[in-house]
Amino acid sequence: MDFDWSVVISALPDLLQGARLTVFIAALGLLGGFIVGFIAGVCRAYGPPVLNVLAQVYIELIRGTPIVVQVMFVYFALPMLANVRIDGLTAAVFAITINSGAYLAEVVRGAFLSIPKGLTEAGLAMGLPMPRVLLKIIGPLAFRRLIPPLGNQCIVSLKDTSLFIVIGVGELTRKGQEIIAGNFRAVEIWSAVAIFYLVMTGCMTVVLRLIEKRMRIL
Amino acid sequence: MSMVEFRDVTKSFGALPVLKGINLKIDSGEVVVVVGPSGSGKSTMLRCINALEKITSGELVVDGLSVKGKPADIHRIRLEAGMVFQQFNLFPQMTALENVMFGPREVRDASVAEARTLALELLDKVGLADRANHYPSELSGGQQQRVAIARALAIRPKLMLFDEPTSALDPELRHEVLKVMQDLAQEGMTMIVVTHEIGFARHVGTRLVFMDQGVIAEDGKPAELIDNPPTPRLQDFLKHVA
Repeated sequence: MDFDWSVVISALPDLLQGARLTVFIAALGLLGGFIVGFIAGVCRAYGPPVLNVLAQVYIELIRGTPIVVQVMFVYFALPMLANVRIDGLTAAVFAITINSGAYLAEVVRGAFLSIPKGLTEAGLAMGLPMPRVLLKIIGPLAFRRLIPPLGNQCIVSLKDTSLFIVIGVGELTRKGQEIIAGNFRAVEIWSAVAIFYLVMTGCMTVVLRLIEKRMRIL
Repeated sequence: MSMVEFRDVTKSFGALPVLKGINLKIDSGEVVVVVGPSGSGKSTMLRCINALEKITSGELVVDGLSVKGKPADIHRIRLEAGMVFQQFNLFPQMTALENVMFGPREVRDASVAEARTLALELLDKVGLADRANHYPSELSGGQQQRVAIARALAIRPKLMLFDEPTSALDPELRHEVLKVMQDLAQEGMTMIVVTHEIGFARHVGTRLVFMDQGVIAEDGKPAELIDNPPTPRLQDFLKHVA
């Protein structure tokens, strides 16, 4: 068969729109996920028993269930349980937030605990309270070690947005499917969709490389 | 009033007793060298003084404050007791200068200019003025430990705690750290030094404490104890470290 470039070109505006939504969901969701993950991770590493257990339950619950089930639950089950209406986009951002948050929590915990204990003691021995030690000494060191796995999670979450096709959010994959439903050009459209994802993840990789280069991993 | 006073202090890690009733009074200006076989509780005893370890029972008073007191008391104890660790524990993301400036900035409310002046002065004192802008990874072990001493001095402590400060160093680097410690002792700093350096104990220490199995087995003048060990146990120990 022939690869018809004109199909791709005429689909570009729609695909671009989908890609924009994909980036929006991923960016907002990852921002939320980082905040949630940071809090849960620090609770796991340093929190009192109650918070530690709560964080652990959250992590196990999310890591142990597929993201499609999570977003279905948020979109279809939560409204029935709590009697609230959630639109697809909100459900998508929320799903990425809680999902990436659980994985990032373990990453954050690992990064903090990988910093030698002696540095914490050096800070404490100087008279700094523990939160200040974490903020001024351990945090900056842990953050450097966080960057590679953080990059990993960014890429995973960006691609996970494609699963929101199941709740009808018009992100890139959904857009591709809609276009194919009209013109049956699966080869051209899925190739274009794949390249869109590659470009997006490629950009992320470059940005993370740059950050990593600017910050010496100590 | 004594600077540090242990009264029947015990410390257990879980079911394992490490300190089994320590009584020790240290006055201002003393240079107390603590020796003993590994596992005898020397480091633990030292770490109880600035509450890095919580004592299990008894009482431990540092500069008039109990280590069992409120967080504010513990904070004040830590401001008065500088600590130097076996593994240096310099902050790797900061230069030597920044490491020394960190304490005054964080806990003594010093301005950047004040902290910088003090830090440069202290780095000069430990002979590392020319290394101020080097990162710890760019310094030798001996240099790192001297920066760590400067960092501890920067919070203007009344008391310095040394936890095996030369044990992680190559023999040829030890003397530069010991020299700095000796200078400090001559300035009248109150020091408690856990070490295996018998030479330092003899020449710089004003008092030698020998710990064995969680208790203080001997406590006296360094030269007397080293030259005429009163017990076979100390005799044996000295034979092994000499």
